[in-house]
Amino acid sequence: MSESHDGEHVHPESGEELSLYARRAQAIEALLVEKGVCSTGEVDRMMNMVESRSPSDGAKVVAHAWSDPEFKARLLADPRSALTEIGYSLPDTTPHLAVVENTEQVHHMVVCTLCSCYPRALLGRPPDWYKSFAYRSRAVVDPRGVMREFGLELADSVEVQVLDSTADLRYLVLPRRPTGTENLSEAELAKLVSRDCMIGVTDPHVPEGVAAS
Amino acid sequence: MPKPHDMGGEPNDEPIDQSDHQKMDWEMRADALHQVLGQKGIRRTDEMRRAMESLDPDLYRSLSYYERWTAALELLMVEKGFLTSDEIDRKVTQLNQGAN
Repeated sequence: MSESHDGEHVHPESGEELSLYARRAQAIEALLVEKGVCSTGEVDRMMNMVESRSPSDGAKVVAHAWSDPEFKARLLADPRSALTEIGYSLPDTTPHLAVVENTEQVHHMVVCTLCSCYPRALLGRPPDWYKSFAYRSRAVVDPRGVMREFGLELADSVEVQVLDSTADLRYLVLPRRPTGTENLSEAELAKLVSRDCMIGVTDPHVPEGVAAS
Repeated sequence: MPKPHDMGGEPNDEPIDQSDHQKMDWEMRADALHQVLGQKGIRRTDEMRRAMESLDPDLYRSLSYYERWTAALELLMVEKGFLTSDEIDRKVTQLNQGAN
């Protein structure tokens, strides 16, 4: 912000605030287009691309890893090249991605305490709660309390590792495959994998009647 | 004193609000514009972070997510010489007039 705007708009009403920044965002885009820095078409196409990404992409990756142990090993060792195998080629500008596996002993949960870094290439835009001050503050000091709010009560014997994302490194949690799902197809498995369990705030939920008894 | 963005471990007893707001058109465009500039190498995430982290602490806490992005992008575009604040002010006025 320029000096002239900082002073005037530190504590505005939220309604005015929104239109003020919405307008400034529009003005910035319009000027960058006028100057030939980027085009409206590029922004339109990017918007469609961003919209097309969703947690179902991540869920397919997880289901494939559950079904194919060799793929899982490659995914954990070198996510970028393993993803290429199944048709997800990450652009060069995508930050480094690490895939971390939840086990009986260790449960991972991902946060970005400083902002909102997130594996957008596989999960789409982060949910609002991921960007909330409450989550960013609490995740690193009370991960079990946070998980409880998402419906997950971890046994005390399970070690919790909270991973703080950065501008250059993002994390995808590979959740534990639920028991009783041995006979499910990859497509059926993918349906069990929610966005939140790939962030690690909860575990996959198996609806009644889906798992073999 | 930690800067305002450095909130990991800060005392906070608010429950996590798990509802998601419907993104407004300008927010989706702002998001996409960031990615486009990123692909062109004009805007790097670490630069954006630094710009955002340099916002006045009260402003940082009062702005919504994409408002913070917009404030930071303006700072960065001015700093890099792509735009001037006066130019943006004038364009805002022009857009406001066009809307009326």
